[in-house]
Amino acid sequence: MMLAAIDWQATFFWLFALLSCGFALGVLLSPNIVRMAFYLILSLGSVAGLFFLAGAEFLGAMQLMLYVGGTLVLLVFGVMLTARSDSIRMKTSGGEWILAMFIGGGLFLLLLQTLPIQAWCQAPEHTLAADPRTTAEIGLALAGVRLDGRSGYLLPFVIVSMHLLVVLVGAAYLARTKRLAGKEPRD
Amino acid sequence: MAEFFALSLHFPPWLAYLLAGLIHCALIVGLVAAGALFFIWAERKVSGRIQDRLGPTRTGGKFGWLQSLADGIKLLNKEDVAPGEADVVLFRLAPYVSFAASYAAFLALPFANGWVCQHVHTGIFFILAILSLEVFGVILAGYSSGSKWSLFGAMREAAQVVSYEVPLKLCVIVPVLLCGSLDLVTIGNMQGGWFTNWLIFHDPFTFIAFWVYFTCSVASVNRAPFDLAEAESELVAGFHTEYSGLRWSFFFMAEYGSMFLVSGLAAILLLGGWHGPIPLFDLLGWSYAEGETAFRLTGYLANLAGCVNLIFKGVVGVTVMIWVRWTLPRLRIDQVMTTCLKYCVPLGAFCFVGVLVWQLLGVPGLNDLAPVTASGPGGVRESWVYRAEGAVRPAVEGESAAVVRPVAEKVEG
Repeated sequence: MMLAAIDWQATFFWLFALLSCGFALGVLLSPNIVRMAFYLILSLGSVAGLFFLAGAEFLGAMQLMLYVGGTLVLLVFGVMLTARSDSIRMKTSGGEWILAMFIGGGLFLLLLQTLPIQAWCQAPEHTLAADPRTTAEIGLALAGVRLDGRSGYLLPFVIVSMHLLVVLVGAAYLARTKRLAGKEPRD
Repeated sequence: MAEFFALSLHFPPWLAYLLAGLIHCALIVGLVAAGALFFIWAERKVSGRIQDRLGPTRTGGKFGWLQSLADGIKLLNKEDVAPGEADVVLFRLAPYVSFAASYAAFLALPFANGWVCQHVHTGIFFILAILSLEVFGVILAGYSSGSKWSLFGAMREAAQVVSYEVPLKLCVIVPVLLCGSLDLVTIGNMQGGWFTNWLIFHDPFTFIAFWVYFTCSVASVNRAPFDLAEAESELVAGFHTEYSGLRWSFFFMAEYGSMFLVSGLAAILLLGGWHGPIPLFDLLGWSYAEGETAFRLTGYLANLAGCVNLIFKGVVGVTVMIWVRWTLPRLRIDQVMTTCLKYCVPLGAFCFVGVLVWQLLGVPGLNDLAPVTASGPGGVRESWVYRAEGAVRPAVEGESAAVVRPVAEKVEG
């Protein structure tokens, strides 16, 4: 059988990888901001597919929930609230392209330096986690305990939560002052 | 199932997996589509009874069941038009996004012990993540229609769904906390035994959490009294104003699909899952133990009954949603937000903290008050017990470590 000879793991890896890269290009090249958001969803969704393929269920679901379900909905919501027809269509000027290429290319080169090319040109041979029940370990690691004895992630976790708290307070403050300022002339 | 094809029938692996996948897909599509037909019929019947409406009278069939088919044929014949102002690509894609999200969430929904398309170990998390994608179809539809009504509908929908996700997830955490698992199969199995073992009867907080969950799920699937995205009296039809024909019906399939999904989720999380009020099959010793996969006819029958149980509970949930829709007036948008932020979120948080304290103090649940001797033959009373005895549970479950203690006490008792 021809089909039996195919390495399905690798096939799906390439499928998801191509989808995610293709839609990422779509984000770059599309002039319409809502379509960009749509392509971004598909791209990030394909990355979630890669996570599921690697057996990292929690990470995949997290990717869907945070990026696709949370961030992008808010993004599109913001676009719809603020957009006028002139800002929905975005023209990227030549200078911006050059600048973006410079920054993006630099980051890409940096990544190439740090990651061995061999490792990510090949599809993963086997799934990362044999047992996908990793939730408890992840939770413990965030609370500073790791089963393999290394130090956990308590400090980053606390820093991030403090950061989010500050952002929340700031957002509430901004929204509130605007509303109060808007009210004054009417009184 | 793939193993069955590969090992018993000696199919090559790719064919076995393909067949298993196709069968699962067909089953779910069938369930969603047939469910939508049935629920539309039920919607007409219930609304007719509640509001004393006559409804359609010319299609026949016993109790007018042909009406759904007539609706379907009518929709098939309608012209598929896109408005001139529309962003045509997104306009055509949006219904599929909505439907695909609602449909994909069924992949991880167990219908009985071990009867689940894809056993995702973080099932509840996965389902919630997928469900939060459904709103995206609505937003895209609203934006791409190029109509003010649609845009307003979509904006309301986005605001509503994003806010209601908070209390919904707060309530979902409660059973997760009690069971110490994100796995829907495990959560369902833990509620085996008599109905007193259902998590809704575990303590007063879970009882409140159930109602908060139900309210939020009605809001999150965009049903009246929270159907602001399609408020007929203000926005013509809201986000789907410009849609017609089959594309329009995809939105409705998605809506009825997710109604059933959130009801089924409520059943699994708090209402005992696929267990009936009386553990008939447990008493007979027919039902599968958790993780048992070998085929037994008795176990199969028990699972079939469990599946019927779960679908029945889901249908009851949907019926209550229909009942609510035709009895309560629609809320204003500010009232919707008030309900969410001032009532549901604090109540959800209160239940969450309450359950935590309840577990920490080790207060006995309703089920613990029943004498142990009241359990059936074979000691099947609790799946909690064999779980504690089998020591499958990793000793450490983060915040839910508090659960371990009452379980241990139960075993000693």
